[in-house]
Amino acid sequence: MSEIRELYQEVVMDHTRHPRNFHKLEGANKTADGYNPFCGDRVSIFLKLKGDRVEDVGFQGAGCAISTSSASMLTEAVKGKTTAEIQALYDVVHQMLTRAPGTEFDDEKLGDLEILSGVSEFPTRVKCAGLSWHTLMAALKGDKEAIFTE
Amino acid sequence: MTIPKPANNQKKKFDVHSVRGDFPILRQLVHGKPLVYLDNAATSQKPQAVIDALVRYYSTDNANIHRGVHELSMRATEQYENARGKVKTFLNAADDREIIFVRGTTEAINLVASSFGHKFIKAGDEIIVSNMEHHSNIVPWQILCEQTGAKLRVVPITDTGELMMDEYGKMLGPRTKLVSILHVSNSLGTINPAERIVKLAHDRGVPVLLDGAQSVPHMAVDVRKLGCDFYAFSGHKLFGPTSIGILYGKREWLEQMPPYQGGGDMIKSVTFEKTIYNDLPYKFEAGTPNIAGVIGLGAAIDYVNSVGYENIAAQEHALLEYGTKKLSGIDGLTIIGTAKNKSAVISFTMKQAHPHDIGTILDAEGVAVRTGHHCTQPVMECFHIPATARASFAFYNTKEEVDVLVKSIDKVLEVFG
Ligand SMILES: Cc1ncc(COP(=O)(O)O)c(C=O)c1O
Repeated sequence: MSEIRELYQEVVMDHTRHPRNFHKLEGANKTADGYNPFCGDRVSIFLKLKGDRVEDVGFQGAGCAISTSSASMLTEAVKGKTTAEIQALYDVVHQMLTRAPGTEFDDEKLGDLEILSGVSEFPTRVKCAGLSWHTLMAALKGDKEAIFTE
Repeated sequence: MTIPKPANNQKKKFDVHSVRGDFPILRQLVHGKPLVYLDNAATSQKPQAVIDALVRYYSTDNANIHRGVHELSMRATEQYENARGKVKTFLNAADDREIIFVRGTTEAINLVASSFGHKFIKAGDEIIVSNMEHHSNIVPWQILCEQTGAKLRVVPITDTGELMMDEYGKMLGPRTKLVSILHVSNSLGTINPAERIVKLAHDRGVPVLLDGAQSVPHMAVDVRKLGCDFYAFSGHKLFGPTSIGILYGKREWLEQMPPYQGGGDMIKSVTFEKTIYNDLPYKFEAGTPNIAGVIGLGAAIDYVNSVGYENIAAQEHALLEYGTKKLSGIDGLTIIGTAKNKSAVISFTMKQAHPHDIGTILDAEGVAVRTGHHCTQPVMECFHIPATARASFAFYNTKEEVDVLVKSIDKVLEVFG
């Protein structure tokens, strides 16, 4: 159970039960939908960009605890950041989720997001945590098509 | 060469613990816990007899079939054709030539869709499937409909997961050219009234394909009693190797159908002016087949017969009853698929946790279940759920394993409750 406890920490469960910024965002100028056909997780990300900076963010969707909490934490993490800062953050999150077990990652920049580092021990769940991040990057790029991860 | 048969043909009394001894894979720890394998609807485990048959074939008899004059080729051919005979008896087909070796249920259905479909189905015709089909019994027909302009009709299901037979009866009409319905549902466990489905269609002269992927592992199937025109199943769900499966087809149909693939073995003679196709069943078996797979499937059928379907049914029925009772008592848990006539599959959702999270926590306890839509997205839509967790049983599962499942679900409640 210890790895399970590590995965479903209090903070993760809190974000799952009370997702932050869980709404459609009025006046959003960048949005994208993500879908994981493997488990049926869906997420939509709404961004209000002013110049190069994310002024506000929201998400909607239905999914497992890992995908919901990841999306919720994502919204808190990107608010107020520039697209370049978000790209840098995405790179670290990606590294954290897909690293070989026991290897290091650049945790300085991550803050709360580090809570999800246990996911890398569960290869079948990496896509769950990554779904909202892929969708976020698609929204920033302006990809309208729903993205699929499996 | 004659090998003396063991004198004792009598069936052993069923003892689940001794049966488990036949499956080496079950003797292992997963995450430090004894493996509890409850994903049998996805694929079943293989008894030592099947593993031995594969090893023996590759160690002593491996050769290509049908075209060799040498000893090994003759041995391989004999075993390959012997296995066809076993399948024929297993399904109670009328003739060996009605048994076509394919890769699995999926390929069997694609073969019929492509060959029967292009010959007999035209624009405006209708094909009937049901709302509980596996994607492999939906997509081939959608492709055919796209190519021909035919239309797919879908028999709806009730909230217990049973076919609405009245709707089915009404759907059958002068445009119906084929009915293709599953015998047993992989995501709900429902056992469909196959004989009645066939009877209603035949009353209107419509042929029927039954998807038997989930029936042959659990019940004796008699294609002549069912009356179906086509029957498809996969070896790997019947304790045999992967990538070998069966299409049974009535000879009248198979004779009329054009080849599915062209190549070696499916021809009598080839010239650039005119090629003459081979007779049944070879017309549908182009190229070097999965010889080892066929021999392994034959061994699997022998094994299932030695256990006996009465024993299999009794054990699985006990597991289904016990599991249903235990799981129904868990707070927040809903069983999806509550048909009266059900095979040993328990699909469920929990108010507290998403199926994917359930699956991860169960896995940590050594319990293998499947989570997701089980290749039946229309079923999930019907029940307005994204996914289920599914425990699917085989005769080698025990009540103690059901208890481990229940204890593991308690762990889900500890984390999510
Ligand atoms: C009802 C049903 N039909 C068809 C299939 C497809 O079988 P295969 O993947 O072996 O071709 C399955 C397998 O999951 C099934 O459960």
